[in-house]
Amino acid sequence: MSNQSRIRLERVTKRWDATPAVDSISFDVTPGQFVILLGPSGCGKSTTLRMIAGLEEASDGRIYIGERDVTRLPPGDRGLSMVFQSYALFPHLNVADNIVFGLRSRKVPKAEQRERLAKVAELVSLTDYLNRKPAQLSGGQRQRVALARSVISEHPICLMDEPLSNLDARLRSDMRREIKALQSRLAMTVIYVTHDQVEAMSMGDRVILMQHGKIVQDDTPDELYNRPASAFAASFIGSPAMNLLPLVKGEHGATIEGEPSTPVAPLDAAGGQLGIRPEDIELRPASASGVPAKVLSDEYLGADTIAHLAVGEHTLRVRLSGRHDITGQPCRIGWPTPAAHLFGGDGLRRDDLALYPLMPTEAMAVESPAPVGTSPTDSLQPQYHAQR
Amino acid sequence: MTLNAHRKMQLYGALLLLPAALLLTTFAYLPTVTTVINSLFLPGFRGEPAEFVGVENYQVLFDDPTFWQVARNNLIYALGTIPTSIALALGMALFVNGKLPGRGFVRMAYFTPTILPMIAAANIWMFFYAPQIGLFNSLLDSLGIPGVNWLGDPSVALSSVIVMSVWKEAGFFMIFYLAALQSIPPELKEAADLEGTSRWSFFWRVTFPLLMPTTLFVLINALINSVRVVDHLFILTKGGPNNATNLLLYYVYENAFSFFDRTTAATITVVILIVLAVVATLKFTILDRRTHYQ
Repeated sequence: MSNQSRIRLERVTKRWDATPAVDSISFDVTPGQFVILLGPSGCGKSTTLRMIAGLEEASDGRIYIGERDVTRLPPGDRGLSMVFQSYALFPHLNVADNIVFGLRSRKVPKAEQRERLAKVAELVSLTDYLNRKPAQLSGGQRQRVALARSVISEHPICLMDEPLSNLDARLRSDMRREIKALQSRLAMTVIYVTHDQVEAMSMGDRVILMQHGKIVQDDTPDELYNRPASAFAASFIGSPAMNLLPLVKGEHGATIEGEPSTPVAPLDAAGGQLGIRPEDIELRPASASGVPAKVLSDEYLGADTIAHLAVGEHTLRVRLSGRHDITGQPCRIGWPTPAAHLFGGDGLRRDDLALYPLMPTEAMAVESPAPVGTSPTDSLQPQYHAQR
Repeated sequence: MTLNAHRKMQLYGALLLLPAALLLTTFAYLPTVTTVINSLFLPGFRGEPAEFVGVENYQVLFDDPTFWQVARNNLIYALGTIPTSIALALGMALFVNGKLPGRGFVRMAYFTPTILPMIAAANIWMFFYAPQIGLFNSLLDSLGIPGVNWLGDPSVALSSVIVMSVWKEAGFFMIFYLAALQSIPPELKEAADLEGTSRWSFFWRVTFPLLMPTTLFVLINALINSVRVVDHLFILTKGGPNNATNLLLYYVYENAFSFFDRTTAATITVVILIVLAVVATLKFTILDRRTHYQ
């Protein structure tokens, strides 16, 4: 693949007045990559995108597209297209004129315009709507027009600024797949801004997580989920978010604040946080081994149940598949050591400490739940309400 | 008698319309009807009843060379003021919509002529136009160019009045354009910029079409204003010299209150009404089809 669509940022900074909105960030996007800029609102992700587009001027640093330094070039000379959150369709022009708007600006011959329009309209299935005005289209169709407008330009780079946030949930998941398919089919380099971690996980080849104008983690979705670089990254990815429990010094190691009976990590980990994803926590009868906990409430979501547990002074969420009515019951919890993460007092990931094993498999090499009916804890087993 | 809910709603509706209907009838519809009736009668002498003469008043009016001169003046006045003030208003709006230092001050400066009462504005312009001590002639004098009798020379007077009207109206129309410009989402400009669309091209392909509803509104208003001119003629020229600056409504005023010829005044009024109605209808039907409303 040609190097034309490589995008490189070198210590790019954007300051408004004195406060930096984007603080000296650098990354390098290889051609054909689908890169997600992810972060909470106000983290500088949109500003970064707009600086790449040229709609905002970088206060500092350099931006390269291919081998060219485009830092001071006007947007039209950068060879990229953009899809806006509001779609930015021209309300007085019909779909066809909206799509070829840029071709007319670039004085592409009429015959070629028609040819490319037909092809692109087919690609995003808008052929039947070419004579409509944007106001006569549904949200999803408008979104397609915006996509078509960036596809027809045949620029190798496409920037997307939260393109799906105005759509309803179902349409959003359809469009996610459609955009992803379009991208791999046309081998476009895409930088996609979103605050939605589902979009980031499902679409990105690579996710750049930002906070306060800085890059927190730049990794594959898989790594981001399984090896979050900081407590912030851990809490931002995953739904419900990762449980973060402060650790304090205990007698035999670090314990969860307010729960001194069970050490979970070496003493060095105290002062930091323990992170465990809700889906990695195992619920056990109160008589089993593990960290003692009490079920505060449960939320039934259909495929699974989210239980809220009190552990020491903290509440944590546990995802259980199926339906469970377990509110108010005491229990114990455990997790496989590879699924737990330690973060230092500065919020950064620590890999230098080994967690204490809490799984029966690890401790006793047995993996079987308590037999049904032998103890009062059997109600902790899933209660399936479906007929068997 | 008990009213059912539907009747009650109708009654409420009628009551809500009543104040506006009363005022409109008293001050707009009744006068219009009486004017039309007056224009078809000749007043009786010495207490005799008025005599119905049909369209005779109109024939007399159309034979009156002064009427045609006034109508021609008004046409020139309209052609001189409407396009100029609209173009100027749009230009000013585009200018003060952009980023520029002291934007608020410039906007206010552009709008000031609109706030001034017409009489006050006309008095200011009297000083600009005055033959000996006027601002314009003083400026010309300092450049060594002989002065012009701005309001006294029949070949210049109408242009002088036009210039003042443009000055007075452009700021007002600018406000409408400014409001319309601010309702255009900035992403449209950004999307166009990404395709390397030039400013000129963006203006004609996006801004101007999106401003069409405003242009139409301003156009109708400007047209109405151009036949509503009385006050500044009253101060500046009184229609002179030799009717060179006499416009339709001022001519109506003269007929009604200087010559006490109510019939002619009524006849001219009806003619103005008809012409305005026709032009406004044409504008709406022709331009409306090509106008995009958001």
